[in-house]
Amino acid sequence: MLHIYCPHCGEYREEEEFHCAGQAHIARPLEPEACSDQEWGEYLFFRKNPRGLHHELWVHAAGCRKFFNMTRDTQSYEIKEVYKIGEQPSVVAE
Amino acid sequence: MQKYSGFGLFKHSLTHHENWQRVWRNPTPKKKYDVIIIGGGGHGLATAYYLAKEHGITNVAVLEKGHLGGGNACRNTTIVRSNYLWDESAALYEHSMQLWEGLAQELNYNVMFSQRGVYHTCHTLQDMRSNERLVAANRLQGIDNEMVDAEQLQKEIPSLDCSKNARYPIMGASVQRRAGNARHDAVAWGYARAADALGVDLIQSCEVIDMEISDGKITGVKTKQYGVLKADRVGCVVAGNSGVLAKMAGFELPVESHPLQALVSEPIKPFLDTVVMSNHVHGYMSQSDKGDLVIGAGIDGWVGYGQRGSYGIIEHTIQAIVEMFPCTSRVRMNRQWGGIVDACPDASPIISETPIKNLFFNCGWGTGGFKGTPGSGNLFAHTLADGKPHPIAEPFSIQRFHTGALIDEHGAAGVAH
Repeated sequence: MLHIYCPHCGEYREEEEFHCAGQAHIARPLEPEACSDQEWGEYLFFRKNPRGLHHELWVHAAGCRKFFNMTRDTQSYEIKEVYKIGEQPSVVAE
Repeated sequence: MQKYSGFGLFKHSLTHHENWQRVWRNPTPKKKYDVIIIGGGGHGLATAYYLAKEHGITNVAVLEKGHLGGGNACRNTTIVRSNYLWDESAALYEHSMQLWEGLAQELNYNVMFSQRGVYHTCHTLQDMRSNERLVAANRLQGIDNEMVDAEQLQKEIPSLDCSKNARYPIMGASVQRRAGNARHDAVAWGYARAADALGVDLIQSCEVIDMEISDGKITGVKTKQYGVLKADRVGCVVAGNSGVLAKMAGFELPVESHPLQALVSEPIKPFLDTVVMSNHVHGYMSQSDKGDLVIGAGIDGWVGYGQRGSYGIIEHTIQAIVEMFPCTSRVRMNRQWGGIVDACPDASPIISETPIKNLFFNCGWGTGGFKGTPGSGNLFAHTLADGKPHPIAEPFSIQRFHTGALIDEHGAAGVAH
């Protein structure tokens, strides 16, 4: 069970209150119509899936319902940092 | 290969079972193979076996970083069925089911395949509709699947709470009577023994750390223990670690790895002679020959490689089981563990060519790969032998995530098992 700090609420809460929305920092193509099938498929489905540091998008679903980012080790499950949407991580995955 | 039989058992009892032949060799790898298979789990070993048996390619190595069948092959809850919705998946899983039906004889190894039936309970009108649709689709595909009402279900499974008093009363169920389960370890061991007998080198404790790629073509793999091993073709069958190997080869997969848990109880007297799954309350259970209840849980929603999962998931699963089988409320759990499943966005596997020439991936089986073991190995062997996929495997190409021809099996895949 992860113990997660919500940067909006300013509190540690249990994982049950949160929902992971997958890999963070995936920008929607500005012109979807101009994308090739290759590019659009990659945007929709292809993911990093690293064994190690990973940047993820989370939502405090049963709390403030706001989104934030998290850098987490996918092997030790250690949470390195949480940061708000629009901010950049200080611990960077390779 | 020493043939196993009742007579053999008797003969060896005369010498106190001290003269049994080793089940497989422990070879030192050669420098060059026709085909290298990375991953010595059920799917990888099955691939090696069918490569040797059906395609006559015996200069094959299976590289396993731990021991054979030590990953998801020994962590799953052993359910085998073929009642999927779309024609593509029905063909795939039914191909596998038909191989299951003759597997013990073919391998001369008792895989304890037991066609005890698998029930999917329905708790809402929507459940009923979607299962009736599934049954109708399966009938058209020539796969057995039928609906039973709550009254009939209660007769068939007395311990299941089919009363109106349940929190989510059961309205009926679909059942595939040819489905069932098998002994997970035996499947891996049986394939390993048969593959070894045909000349395949099973290399344990051999970790692949890099791939030898030049001009977009793979020529071999670099291992931690034995250096570079050359190969004409390389097949990757590494389930949860698929993303890690894809990264070595320099591309990404439409796959994310999640921890999936299971748990077993203390052994109790036999009371459940089938498999019951509920997509709605989200849990499933069967009873092993030893007597322990084998219970499955959902996946953790985040990427994880830790081979353990969250307590919250266990709690939800146990709630579902006690909801369906109130008589189990005081049974104590013995063990709980996790495996890493490689889930695809459409809940269907990938058996495919990759952007690298001569490198092939068989992954994305997600939460239900065990049932696919024989079929997966059989079709992937075809891909590795011919360099292009078998017609059944063709729709399961990575290309489907670019063309949009997804095979959405979220409904039929149901609760993670």
